[in-house]
Amino acid sequence: MSAVEVADVTKVFETKAGRAASTVRALDAVSLTVAEGEFVALIGPSGCGKSTLMRLIADLDEPSAGEVRVFGMPARQARLERAYGIAFQQSGLLPWRTVRANVELPLQLHGASAADRRARADELIELVGLAEFADRHPDQLSGGMQQRVAIARALAEHPRLLLMDEPFGALDEMTRERLQGELLRIRAETGAAVVFVTHSIPEAVFLADRVVVMSPRPGRITDVVEVERAPVASAADDAVRETDAFFRSVSAVREALHGRQGATPRAAPRGAEAR
Amino acid sequence: MRARGARPLLLGALGALGLAALWELYKALGPAEGVALGGTVLLPRTTDLAMPHVWDAVARAFQPATGAAGELVVVAVARAAAQTLGTAAIGLLLGAVVGVLLALVMQRFRLADRAMLPWLILSQTVPLIALAPLVVAWGGRLELGALQWERWMSVAVIASYLAFFPIAIGTLRGLRAPEQEHLDLFRAQGVGWWGTLRFLRLPAAVPQLLSSLRLGAATAIIGTVVAEVSTGARGGIGRLIVEYAQSGSSDPAKAWAPIAGAVVMGLVAAGIVALAGLALRDYRRAEAR
Repeated sequence: MSAVEVADVTKVFETKAGRAASTVRALDAVSLTVAEGEFVALIGPSGCGKSTLMRLIADLDEPSAGEVRVFGMPARQARLERAYGIAFQQSGLLPWRTVRANVELPLQLHGASAADRRARADELIELVGLAEFADRHPDQLSGGMQQRVAIARALAEHPRLLLMDEPFGALDEMTRERLQGELLRIRAETGAAVVFVTHSIPEAVFLADRVVVMSPRPGRITDVVEVERAPVASAADDAVRETDAFFRSVSAVREALHGRQGATPRAAPRGAEAR
Repeated sequence: MRARGARPLLLGALGALGLAALWELYKALGPAEGVALGGTVLLPRTTDLAMPHVWDAVARAFQPATGAAGELVVVAVARAAAQTLGTAAIGLLLGAVVGVLLALVMQRFRLADRAMLPWLILSQTVPLIALAPLVVAWGGRLELGALQWERWMSVAVIASYLAFFPIAIGTLRGLRAPEQEHLDLFRAQGVGWWGTLRFLRLPAAVPQLLSSLRLGAATAIIGTVVAEVSTGARGGIGRLIVEYAQSGSSDPAKAWAPIAGAVVMGLVAAGIVALAGLALRDYRRAEAR
């Protein structure tokens, strides 16, 4: 059984600008399958529908046509059964709760006992390396630390699928690379499948097994790049970033992105469009 | 924390002193008959009858209310203020319950929001003076077993009628304060309206709730005082203001004591809400930044 199955999904948004109602085709007949334990990155320019696709998988929006299944269930049922954990670009921590109480939130919402909550939260806070900060409030943490708390919260209920919408998008480069390494380590420990939305090519290549390249207007999947894995001791090792395999994959994704998107009159010679 | 707490108090005291100084300054320099333009008085008279000296008013407060012996004016004012404050507190409580419930209904049902909001706004345009006798009359017809409807209950109802409005509007804004990201998070957890309310909307509404309570407390006190006057309820500060004002021509300094008492009541109410805010300070972290 696959973790995520997206079949022929179309999403149309209706916008009302003044009197004229117009429609935006955010996704056009998109199909995608994510295997269990697989790490898939969605990449593409703004407006290509990558976040929309993730929101459909999470059942935060409903597709206009087509079907989304998560672990064989309809997306809605999967959401209600908490089949996935989710993290957004803004950490979305509740400012009135301490780090521990924020991590406990999903457990509390679903009626876990106080003792169980605490034990699990301490475990997760340890996992993301914030043990000393468990009793702080989010406003006392750096952006990177807040994002780690958000990841810990997403993992609270042992999800076999993690949905992440540019979780490192607002962080500085150094923090970002460190957290990418940590995410791979955490993912190796939990074995969860991940759908990761990003607009950074190196980030996608470093993290993912497969990079799904999307293009806008209408949102479509234009290419899927299998990432070459360099033979290093650990995938989370930063040395991966220096290997030839890494660079080759980065080039492959870049070409896939620009093959269509770069087809502007200035950049490409006449008739050189990808399709 | 303590040093910061003392500063506003000091500034407040300075402000009161400044006001007294301004009073005396105008009394010393202003024309005795005031300034009138075509029959309209623009600036008040400065005679001792219209504007007694601040110190006379203060001194009068520490003399017996009537005759040579008996209860001091301050004691009478304090007792009346305590009663009015109690009535206002009940009115505020009633108004808060109604206001929060209305806000919940309006948050939950968009239709209710559209249908009710105009009526709520309209309700506040009804003059209090017109309302007071109606409430008293309705209350008089009410039979609740052993409970006897009393004047102060009418007063509390009128106070709540004024207080619920800012609380309903403020709470509604607060309930709508959570960002989309937080709402998405709760939806992703498969949490329903009640869980979202309890763990997200209500905590997020605390800052708005507190400021609307502050506003509601002030209007409840004003409402109580005005309702006491217009329903003729006994024992409250509203009654005392009328009583003392009637002796104005012979004893002008006395009339200012219940007015000062009303101001102190407002301060006490604001202080109580501020204390509540202190207890809920974790929910106001976003404000501090």
